[in-house]
Amino acid sequence: MNKKLINWLSWSLILILVVFIVMFLSLCIGSVKIPLSQIFHPSDKIIKEILFKIRLPRIILGFAVGGALAIAGVILQGLFRNPLVEPYTLGISGGAGVLVCLNIVLKVYQKFGVITFPVSGFLGAGLVIILVYILSVKRGILRIRGLLLTGVMISFISSSLMMLIMAITRAENLHGIIFWIMGSLEEPDTFLVKIALLISILGLLISYFFSLDLNAFSCGEEEAHHLGVDVEKTKKILFILASILTGVCVSVAGIIGFVGLLVPHLMRIFTGEDHRILLLTSYLCGAGFLIFSDTLARTIISPLELPVGVITGVIGGSLFIYVLTKRGR
Amino acid sequence: MLEIRNLTCGYDNFLLKDISFKVNSSELVGIIGPNGSGKTTLIRAITKLVKPIKGKIIYQGKNITKLNFKELAREIAVVSQDAYFSDTIKVKDFVLLGRIPHFKKFQFLETSRDLKIVEEAIKLTEIIEIKDRFLKQISGGEKQLVLIARALSQEPKLLLLDEPTTHLDITHKIKILDLIKRLNKKYDLTVLIVLHDLNLASQYCDRLILLKEGKIYKMGTPYEVLTYQTIEEVYKTVVIVKENPVTSKPYVFLVSEEERKKYD
Repeated sequence: MNKKLINWLSWSLILILVVFIVMFLSLCIGSVKIPLSQIFHPSDKIIKEILFKIRLPRIILGFAVGGALAIAGVILQGLFRNPLVEPYTLGISGGAGVLVCLNIVLKVYQKFGVITFPVSGFLGAGLVIILVYILSVKRGILRIRGLLLTGVMISFISSSLMMLIMAITRAENLHGIIFWIMGSLEEPDTFLVKIALLISILGLLISYFFSLDLNAFSCGEEEAHHLGVDVEKTKKILFILASILTGVCVSVAGIIGFVGLLVPHLMRIFTGEDHRILLLTSYLCGAGFLIFSDTLARTIISPLELPVGVITGVIGGSLFIYVLTKRGR
Repeated sequence: MLEIRNLTCGYDNFLLKDISFKVNSSELVGIIGPNGSGKTTLIRAITKLVKPIKGKIIYQGKNITKLNFKELAREIAVVSQDAYFSDTIKVKDFVLLGRIPHFKKFQFLETSRDLKIVEEAIKLTEIIEIKDRFLKQISGGEKQLVLIARALSQEPKLLLLDEPTTHLDITHKIKILDLIKRLNKKYDLTVLIVLHDLNLASQYCDRLILLKEGKIYKMGTPYEVLTYQTIEEVYKTVVIVKENPVTSKPYVFLVSEEERKKYD
């Protein structure tokens, strides 16, 4: 049959397989090693507890966040036709960061519980999305370049504000802030994990309605218009979609860098520019990569834990340089 | 096929004023005029990128504001001046993008018909040899051909081209215009083409529309439009117009300052 379709299907299957392997790996290893046979029929109550209360929610969250960040990256890079754009370029993480810092410093969480972290994160993200959007829309036209510049500036402003908060706050708060900034998949509230998974998968589904439009965007906005794409509507929907995905990720897992930048790049090299396959493979690759990184973060210096953002940054960054220099040759 | 009635449109600093003309089916019409006279704006108005302030654009009896973008893209294809070429796309995949307006709702893959039309477009534009290359690996002239191939795979009835031959050598200029003429004659494709080169416009177009400062200055056959009085008036340049010895179409000669002084 169609060569392209076979190619696409095989990539999807390979990646699904990889994600499953990584998932089982992640279930097995940790400070308590659990053999594969135990996963399906856990004999021990403690093992059951570890598997389903601790490890599985982390894996699911890693899946949701990794996938969502990766497709947010694909969408934004496609929209901006700029390979250096990532989900955090638009200042969404910065906005979330500032409000989470405030939450920690003002000790709001002591009154209302840990649920205030994702809530404040999402509020901050939402505020930035609205701000960037309003500043970049002129006469009903969303100016893509303006969007990028505003976003980058808001990123700078919010990171300065975070520095300010960190500079004047007490040392006891610093630890919380720093750990939040570096990102973690530990989320005690399973309801939030479910919400994140739901939004992430919905995001993937919605993005598929725009996969052809994203293909058309690869030759420029005006060209996309000539190909019959309703450019303004599409830009707005895609921007909001990518923003919400990013906002949700940041509010449940903090700032986990590099997934949204690296994964779309890698997948472009392997599966090509066509967004009809790029979205799915990026989602799977992002999910697998984040679960894998999180497993490493849990185990490298166990029983202590590294922030997962450190792992994604180090692995992601080096892999990125390797791929780019190898391809440049 | 296309009728423009009293069209006024444009941006803050530039307006097309009171443009009216008709393009008949299977005609090849050229738009000429100095830089900034509104040629590209006119093309953009026909594709709904610029909204009319006054007047109407009627395509096959329908006001184009009634057609949605997709419907319009199935009828009118554009080869524009500033297409962006992503380095990592292959020529054949780029041409395939022209099928996007024909995708049905919830259609995910190209049909065999789509692939056949693309193949045909690639054959017509003679880019078979480069179809597996990446866009960054092909020359400027080939890029224009690839753009035309993509436009053709939209199966348009009206083709708009915005200066398709600028920056090209004479081989590619002729190749592209010959191709367009062939499409026009053999496949009855209606063409509206913006050209800078008056002599090429004279050679290839059935009719010319000369724009000056956002208005139509003159319209008619190349013989009627390309007279030295008109050209000097519009372009503020001294020229001599003679007949092309082979085609007997008007040919515009330019004269340098040095030479002009000799005759003053």
